[in-house]
Amino acid sequence: MQTFFIVAILALGFIITFQIAKASEYVAVLRGYERSRKQTNKINGFLLLAFLIIGLIGVVYCNERLKDKILGAPASDHGILVDRMLYVTLAITFIVFVLTQIALFWFSYKYQEKENQKAFYFPHDNKLEMIWTVIPAITLTILVGFGIFYWFKITGPAPKDAVQVEVVGKQFGWEFRYPGKDQVLGKKYFKNVNPAASNPAGQIWEDPANHDDIFVEQEMHLVVNKPVQLVIGAKDVIHDVGLAHFRLKMDAVPGTPTTMWFTPTVTTADMRKKTGNPDFVYEISCDQMCGKGHWSMRGVIVVETQEEYDAWMASKKPQYLVANPDKDPSVKKDTAAAPVPVTAAVIR
Amino acid sequence: MSETSTLHAGAVGHHDDHGHGHHEQSFISKYIFSMDHKTIGKQFLITGIVWAIIGGLFSVLFRLQLGYPDQTFPILETFFGHWAKGGQIQPEFYYGLVTIHGTVLVFFVLTAGLSGTFANLLIPLQIGARDMASPFMNMLSYWFFFLAGIVMLSSIFVHTGPASGGWTMYPPLSALRQAGDGQKIGTDLWLIAMALFIVSSLLGGLNYISTILNMRTKGMSMTRLPLPIWAMFFTAVLGVLSFPVLLSGAILLLFDRNLGTSFYLSDIVVNGEILPNEGGSAILYQHLFWFLGHPEVYIILLPAMGMVSEILSVSARKPIFGYMAMLGSMFAIAILAFLVWAHHMFVTGLNPFLGSVFVLLTLLIAVPSAIKVFNWLTTLWRGNIRFTPAALFAIGFVSLFISGGLTGIFLGNSTIDIHLHDTMFVVAHFHIVMGVASFFGMFAGVYHWFPKMFGRYMNNTLAYIHFWVTMAGAYLIFWPMHYQGLAGVPRRYLDKKGWVSFNQFADLDKMITVVSIIVFAVQLMFVFNFFYSIYKGRKVTTTNPWEANTLEWTTPINPGHGNWAGEIPEVHRWPYDYAKDGRDFIPQTEPVGANESKH
Repeated sequence: MQTFFIVAILALGFIITFQIAKASEYVAVLRGYERSRKQTNKINGFLLLAFLIIGLIGVVYCNERLKDKILGAPASDHGILVDRMLYVTLAITFIVFVLTQIALFWFSYKYQEKENQKAFYFPHDNKLEMIWTVIPAITLTILVGFGIFYWFKITGPAPKDAVQVEVVGKQFGWEFRYPGKDQVLGKKYFKNVNPAASNPAGQIWEDPANHDDIFVEQEMHLVVNKPVQLVIGAKDVIHDVGLAHFRLKMDAVPGTPTTMWFTPTVTTADMRKKTGNPDFVYEISCDQMCGKGHWSMRGVIVVETQEEYDAWMASKKPQYLVANPDKDPSVKKDTAAAPVPVTAAVIR
Repeated sequence: MSETSTLHAGAVGHHDDHGHGHHEQSFISKYIFSMDHKTIGKQFLITGIVWAIIGGLFSVLFRLQLGYPDQTFPILETFFGHWAKGGQIQPEFYYGLVTIHGTVLVFFVLTAGLSGTFANLLIPLQIGARDMASPFMNMLSYWFFFLAGIVMLSSIFVHTGPASGGWTMYPPLSALRQAGDGQKIGTDLWLIAMALFIVSSLLGGLNYISTILNMRTKGMSMTRLPLPIWAMFFTAVLGVLSFPVLLSGAILLLFDRNLGTSFYLSDIVVNGEILPNEGGSAILYQHLFWFLGHPEVYIILLPAMGMVSEILSVSARKPIFGYMAMLGSMFAIAILAFLVWAHHMFVTGLNPFLGSVFVLLTLLIAVPSAIKVFNWLTTLWRGNIRFTPAALFAIGFVSLFISGGLTGIFLGNSTIDIHLHDTMFVVAHFHIVMGVASFFGMFAGVYHWFPKMFGRYMNNTLAYIHFWVTMAGAYLIFWPMHYQGLAGVPRRYLDKKGWVSFNQFADLDKMITVVSIIVFAVQLMFVFNFFYSIYKGRKVTTTNPWEANTLEWTTPINPGHGNWAGEIPEVHRWPYDYAKDGRDFIPQTEPVGANESKH
């Protein structure tokens, strides 16, 4: 019933508009087409000016309403560079935006058709054209220069002491692998993937580097102020590791590993205090369309102190021992303990 | 060649007018399998309008989900069945809607509907030719487009739904049937539709290029061409050089899907199934796709730019400022369009050095774009502007092009793109600069050349309402969306409640949805105005209603096949002699006077 009323009201509104439009056409015929054209010209000229003024006020109003809803200060070293570049670009483009929009609407209003106004024959002017070729070129060169400088800093090689963590996307969740004490991620092969045999990552057990690798899902832990290098892959389709608070992003491509490094600078606990939100967590969002669960492909990053991190790590058992309980000294007496398969938790 | 044109209203053939006297042609050869460029142009336009309504409606549907994720709309279930179970849009349906919305608007509306319409209509009329170089190929171009449309439309009705991998159709998602319902038959149909569409574009493009190069009337040198023609020329060159690359990409994808090849596939475990493919590269497809995909942006924009240049000049009663600079900047844009594709791929693991080269080339494109904007502004300066609906849409185009172009400087800079890539910022950016701006160019073109197409005017009051609501609506919808992107909200998220970082925009999403419904309703009003005016609009009584200089206004009010009744007129000057030597306008056909000043 409600839908019916909405449709009826829309139809009615349309019929009224249409009748007015038709009537205005008759009026134009009666009053003389030229005269009514001049009148609408005045109205539209005025509206253009009004649009400019209301629009610029709207831009300020919009900023007031939304500026606190965008993310606060970046939580990584690279994020600071990204934000700095963003605000420099914003400052320059905003000036250009305001000037050109004012020129556009003001010229339109000022030079609207008038009785004794003659248009000015002005087909070209080489000097003017040179000026507005060179100025944008210089401005953009500066932006390119800064941009590339920061880009190489961000994408450059990771520091030697960076901890490697493997991040793997799949429909629709995240898996992580830590290298363990030897600091080396063991080799893997996708045909070894076998969650039923507790080998969800496809690790090659013959590689001794794999014996201490820790496997976890959905939640990644990082140490504050310690550089980390993510080694990123995907199992099925392309995903993307989106870290909004760290201002970083990298695709997860099946068959082609990618990397990204950064240093988290604010712990989750500190961020909770800063934002006043006790439920705050750093989130990993999938930013590359990956199927029907794309919008819910959420992971969590906990940034914590070294002690907290060590304690968390100590509670984890290497996946090698989970998959091969016979090799595990702690379960040797109790061979009946079957590995519990870990299932992906997807929200909704 | 001249024939009595009886009723242009029934141009597309839905109209039953067998009875009218056609001496040479039957109804079918005149209105359906027509080889008259004007009729083909109208066919493109009307097919484009139909697709725009479908694509627009889809966006309203997914905006409903975004604005009101918790509310149920039982009426949706009535229409869409299990796709909207319980009156809520299901994720598979949502992604199908997003994908078809993007594909249809980018390719079917803003490529075929825009350059198909106006290249066909304007090229022969403005260069002084009786028809295209190959009218038959031209007709084929439309019918391949029509066929592509039928295939695309049918994909919406298959049991597993249409393609739902996003309009970019990245593999492996699009290559794996196991990855979801939308990756089943719907994706095959999508690929076949695109292949047909590309054939249509190539047939059209080759025709436009050869017509412009070979069939100009006497005196119409290349530097006397009106700017829309130059724009169509560059557009056609871009299309002919880049569409084949997408075709090859699509064919390889079809192979991967159906013949077991591994062009794009490697190391895949999907849905618990380990696939045998090894050695392919998923990123290869992205290179092939964006090698078309980026020029495509200019394929969409350039015709709009060309028409806006023409309309601004006519409306300001003043020559376009810097004709040669306009040509030069279009040329620069066309060249650079081929050298920037990887800026869509900054976060794919691209070699950082390669990334830096693409940053440089991408931001370089801002220079010719800036030249164009300044030239448009100067064209308006000290003019005597008549605000026809076409002029308003042209002014609106410039405003949107500035706004959307400037946000491109953020995204083209890889450092900032790391944060903004695939967020709502990108959605806001390309909708303003490519989507809405090109639509404004198209609307300007329709209002301006409607009298030439149908011998009648559209209703002005409806046109003004259309302009103001669309203009305000475009900014209301897309301006605040940038803030969502700055907050990192990813694209294509149908519900953000589960997220700590992205759930603060519920009110904004509601506002955007309400505005987009209003804007969509007003577009329907435009469509009504369009069809109503074909039959009932005020009749055109003069051959040159806008007092313009170009050749199309020297043809009869309702030109027949062949355009000019007698000889094709000869051209003596460039098309922008407005306000020269105290005269309001001097048509291109007028010989240069002995003591006329030079420009």
